[in-house]
Amino acid sequence: MTQDYNFAYLDEQTKRMIRRAILKGLAVPGYQVPFASREMPMPYGWGTGGVQVSAATLTPEDTFKVIDQGSDDTTNAVSIRKFFEKTAGVAVTEETEKASVIQTRHRIPEAALREDQILVYQVPIPEPLRFLEPRETETRKMHSLQEYGLMHVKLYEDISQHGAIATAYAYPVRVSDRYVMDPSPIPKFDNPKLEMAAIQLFGAGREQRIYAVPPYTKVVSLDFEDYPFEPTKADHACDLCGAEDSYLDEVILDDAGNRMFVCSDTDYCRSRREAGHVGRLGEEAA
Amino acid sequence: MTATATTAIAGGFSDPAIESARAFRAAMNVMARPGEIRDLDMARPPAPLSAAAGTLLLTLCDPETGVHLAGACDSAEMRGWLAFHTGAPVVSADRAGFAVGRWADLLPLDRFRIGTPEYPDRSATLIVELEALQQAGASLRGPGIKDSAALSLPDPAALAGNAMLYPLGLDFFFTCGGRIAALPRSTQISEG
Repeated sequence: MTQDYNFAYLDEQTKRMIRRAILKGLAVPGYQVPFASREMPMPYGWGTGGVQVSAATLTPEDTFKVIDQGSDDTTNAVSIRKFFEKTAGVAVTEETEKASVIQTRHRIPEAALREDQILVYQVPIPEPLRFLEPRETETRKMHSLQEYGLMHVKLYEDISQHGAIATAYAYPVRVSDRYVMDPSPIPKFDNPKLEMAAIQLFGAGREQRIYAVPPYTKVVSLDFEDYPFEPTKADHACDLCGAEDSYLDEVILDDAGNRMFVCSDTDYCRSRREAGHVGRLGEEAA
Repeated sequence: MTATATTAIAGGFSDPAIESARAFRAAMNVMARPGEIRDLDMARPPAPLSAAAGTLLLTLCDPETGVHLAGACDSAEMRGWLAFHTGAPVVSADRAGFAVGRWADLLPLDRFRIGTPEYPDRSATLIVELEALQQAGASLRGPGIKDSAALSLPDPAALAGNAMLYPLGLDFFFTCGGRIAALPRSTQISEG
């Protein structure tokens, strides 16, 4: 194979800088480590943070998977997968079970991850307090003093206005009883999965932050005693594979109000259909 | 002089991009799972530095990171090797991003930076050379550990004191020959 790029695209000094940030992030779970984010050959918002973390993490032996809202075949997922196929020469897969490094935008795979897997999140706004307090100097201070009352006020206002905590994605969590962290815009259905066996790394390219959650770290979704946290999903089964335990996307079928619900995790849905499960609108596997 | 120059040049990575990627994965895995021991045996630094400690320095250090060489590690051979392969400046303990040496040579720990409340990441990482490294001794709990783990720590009481500073504090790698383990500040330690 002709190598037109340094391994995994980034230069060595950049990867060392990112690697040092990842190690500090793992040592202080949930704390946002500043890093000197580089220009990547894709626009901000397309996963530049996740790509840089993946580039610093990949080895030639890895099998790489990319999902975008659970799907392996959206433009974003396909282009990032091809990027590392070309620049790092790694094997790629769409199967969660076969992947050693999984980069994700806005979902955690349905299948439980193992100890030998790494999950890399693309993060747009890493600061959970940013929409409550725009000044970085102040949010830094709030984290250092564990001054998280404002976040509970926000959740309380949800209850007073909507009767329930209306936050449905990017639901704030407290990591290891210390830092309040934005789990990236995953649906709150995925929040309980944040306590897992795999290493979780979060990269925010435009905002220049890296953070991490080591395996088996305590991650608690913020709530109140009388309004406990509830992971929610559409109250349906998948119309293709019949799964009742997976997060669903709603698809409009026509202009007569017909719709279907399908697994957001395409690999989970595919593996279930291959195993013979059939949903309401599904067809028997050939 | 010639001998020094030869030692300085030998013993680095033969394929830096690939070997540092593999070395980092080992370092990341042990930092994410306190108590776990992995092989890290690529570089051949001058004596008395171990292969694991040398590999870690090559993987993480460059002109942006001050390195403190403690005790017998601070030799002309070692300074030459570090300068040739990483370009990292050798600095005093209070300015170090990384420090390497035997436990006794690294003491007292309060010389090193522990970060600030706003930026706890601005703290030193200590690479401690041990005579033996095994999954026995002090009992560890906390992030990265399923129930509990055990590791042969040099001074559990001092390291438990470091954990008390959380989220500030030092992070440790323990190296022995070609093997490595780690202890982040987040780990709770009790004497086994």
